[in-house]
Amino acid sequence: MLRIEKATYDAIVAHARRDHPDEACGVVAGPAGSDRPVRHVPMLNAARSPTFYELDPADLLRLYQDMDARAEEPVVIYHSHTATEAYPSRTDIALAAEPGAHYVLVSTRECGRDDGPVEFRSFRIVSGEVSEEDVQVATPSEPAG
Amino acid sequence: MAIEVKVPTILRGHTGGAKAVSGQGDTLRQVIDDVESSHAGVRERLVDGGELRRFVNVYVNDEDVRFTGGLDTPVADGDVVVILPAVAGG
Repeated sequence: MLRIEKATYDAIVAHARRDHPDEACGVVAGPAGSDRPVRHVPMLNAARSPTFYELDPADLLRLYQDMDARAEEPVVIYHSHTATEAYPSRTDIALAAEPGAHYVLVSTRECGRDDGPVEFRSFRIVSGEVSEEDVQVATPSEPAG
Repeated sequence: MAIEVKVPTILRGHTGGAKAVSGQGDTLRQVIDDVESSHAGVRERLVDGGELRRFVNVYVNDEDVRFTGGLDTPVADGDVVVILPAVAGG
């Protein structure tokens, strides 16, 4: 299960809406081993494409160096689909390289850049196998755990 | 002295879980071959048809090797090689 704070959830959805019709991408880093996504890092889609996303290699290096320096790991890796459902594509599955991460897919196919329904789903992708998991959106006032 | 190679999570199955291994060589290609000799399977994940794979990024001292000669990028003792799989998809 992915447990994510409401503010982070909202920030990811806002990023996806803002970049529509191109795919948006980013990570939520958290302390290594904690499985807690706490630091939202919206990234630039260097492909600037409605059907593909890729972090610029220089941005990617800086991201991982930042996480290393903070003893973090990418707890969530997210991107949006802007014309299809929030489910990993064949390319997503082939390129997924963080077996410990929650892969979040947001679909803006219905809402576009406006308010409206979005799909927000989370998956594990390990060795080409996809498994969906529940998403629990928490507000900070709720007790942890 | 040697060249430190930082290994991403996805390749640590080939390095006994190690986050970094050391290698020898005068070029990135030689370092990868040297690492392959003690950690079989790494090269195939990085190299295809004599070229770096499209969705693997390799940096020598923070420089993307695509701009410094690819697998022929020169390296020297004390250099740091970082391997990062692309974060990409469709």
